[in-house]
Amino acid sequence: MRQMIRRWAVAAALVLASATAVQADNQGLENPRSTDFHESLKGKKVVFVPLSMGFDLTEGWAAVMRQQAKRLDYSFEIRDPAWSTDAGTRALSQLITEKPDLIVLHNPDIQSYARLIKQAQSAGIKIVQINLESNSTSDSYVGADWTEIGEQAAQAVVDKCDTGKGVSTKIAIDTGVPTAASDVFQLNGIYRVLKQHPAIQVVSQQSTEYNAEKARAIMDTVLQQHPDLCGAIGIWDNQDTGTASAIQQAGKSNQVFLVTSGGGNKVGCENVDKGLFNLYISYNVPLQGEILNEEIARLLQSKSAAGEVKTMYFTPLTQITKANSNPRNCWTLDDLK
Amino acid sequence: MVASEAILRRWRPRNLLRSQEGIVLLLALAAFILFSVLLPSFLSPGNLIALVRSVSILGVLALGMALVVIARGIDVSMIATMVVSVAWSFVLARDGYTFGLALAIGAGFAAVAGLSIGVLVAFGEVAPIFATLAAGSLIYGLGRTFFFQLEMQNVPPGQNWFAAIGQGSLFGIPLTIVAFGVLCLFFHLVLTRTRFGWVLYGMGSNPSTARTTGAPIRAMIMAQYIISALIAYLAGLILAASAAAINARLFNSTMIYDILLVVVLGGIGLNGGHGRVRNVILGTVFVGILLNGMTILNIDYTVQNLVKGIVLLLAIIADSVVNPRDEQTSQQGDL
Repeated sequence: MRQMIRRWAVAAALVLASATAVQADNQGLENPRSTDFHESLKGKKVVFVPLSMGFDLTEGWAAVMRQQAKRLDYSFEIRDPAWSTDAGTRALSQLITEKPDLIVLHNPDIQSYARLIKQAQSAGIKIVQINLESNSTSDSYVGADWTEIGEQAAQAVVDKCDTGKGVSTKIAIDTGVPTAASDVFQLNGIYRVLKQHPAIQVVSQQSTEYNAEKARAIMDTVLQQHPDLCGAIGIWDNQDTGTASAIQQAGKSNQVFLVTSGGGNKVGCENVDKGLFNLYISYNVPLQGEILNEEIARLLQSKSAAGEVKTMYFTPLTQITKANSNPRNCWTLDDLK
Repeated sequence: MVASEAILRRWRPRNLLRSQEGIVLLLALAAFILFSVLLPSFLSPGNLIALVRSVSILGVLALGMALVVIARGIDVSMIATMVVSVAWSFVLARDGYTFGLALAIGAGFAAVAGLSIGVLVAFGEVAPIFATLAAGSLIYGLGRTFFFQLEMQNVPPGQNWFAAIGQGSLFGIPLTIVAFGVLCLFFHLVLTRTRFGWVLYGMGSNPSTARTTGAPIRAMIMAQYIISALIAYLAGLILAASAAAINARLFNSTMIYDILLVVVLGGIGLNGGHGRVRNVILGTVFVGILLNGMTILNIDYTVQNLVKGIVLLLAIIADSVVNPRDEQTSQQGDL
């Protein structure tokens, strides 16, 4: 009898044990791809060399990139040349000897970093260029297609100012710095459209050095010379607050159609709401940041050597007017953190 | 009678060519006449107002700089003080401080920055150029690190009276120009009618004599840098009101050299002791004529810079031809 009880007990224990074992087995399957994904990114080193920190575009991208770096456990550093091409060149040369896995590069113009990009890639460092291209292509470019922005801006102005549509066919163009990708390619886009509309006269094309007060003084003078100005294309929202301010002070907000472009920061949208910008072409910094993140992850995992495969993606543009200047299209830095 | 003869003699063409001021005056007149003939609407009142307005902020800054330069100092931290104090007060206003309080804090910051530079120069006896160069980077760094993250700061919403400073006008003259005019008058009175002004010239001509005769040199130095910092803050407010925003990036621009260009071109020597408000006005207007004319002519950016460079060079060459170095200038030394 006692033996029988013991047998039962053993049997019960066995059943119980196997039940627990089954319980333990039911904890899912390890996904080898997830493990690989995290392993391949962990401890990698990514460095961002912007034009300068401290303005909406670079702060926005950095915030989005920093988040992913934290999530996927790779290091993310910023070397800030503070608007100095010299300092940027030094930072890049230094990085070539430090050999990080990847550099995210924001070019001050299409020429300055071209040779260093090649050198870095032959040293095995992958390079993603952001928003401002260099003449030298690299592993990836993520950013606005400036030609397309130029075309859209010119088309919008043509729609308002072509023969018989506005007070005149006169338009002004405010550029930034003559050698930056944003200027060179955008002007090409603008003139591609304008060539098809020979009635449009460009009465002024001046460089503002991204300085709002200089932009204001230029537009002030242009409006003195051409009180019947119909449209204006500005190259960047940060400077064109000045352009808009001159138009407003001349009491010509309803006459001069001002198109500008920028990263879609709320400050720019506020100016759309106030009627200072008539059309604001946004290249959507948060979206660019996400695409950058995808490119960073893809390139860090990729087994191919730096510079072997070159890709590019021109990010979508949003035309913001009073009708759609909403939180979906306009962001603040705090949203991204 | 005698006085009017003296004035007539000074404005005789040959004598006019004897001073840098005279040369620049002639150059300015030449440019003015050339543009008036070449450009049909250059002479229109609207354009002349736009011309003066476009440089009046530069002029305000140059007044502050002139005061320091006359007393044989220099303040290259003005742009840093300007952008940081104004940007900070805008950030504070957006963070919930009342606008008036935020502006007062900005002014306080500028004054403290000026005072610190003054202490450094007066008691630390650091050469003003190095003291202010270092202070400029420090002030800008402080601002970027602690006070604001974005360089571009829009004027806080809902401050209509503030926008009016930059956009309003008095009898058809923009308030920006009125402000420049009032400050010119004020500085003129300070320099010519007050003891403070006379001592400034004394310090500039011969600092050691000024000290032995009992001038409160250290207090004077501190006062100068506080004034130039406050002027920088004021110029920043006018600029922000006028462009609806302030961009701290101006610190990295060539603006500080443009201020020095106005001061030097107008004929205020960097070795101190001479120069008046009219020199600042002359330099400001000349730069204004050049910029305005070239904008109307739609001249390319790089060519504009070239022209500015050539004009400055011409003024300096002409000055050293008509006023060759003598024993006194070489003893005084210049910057």
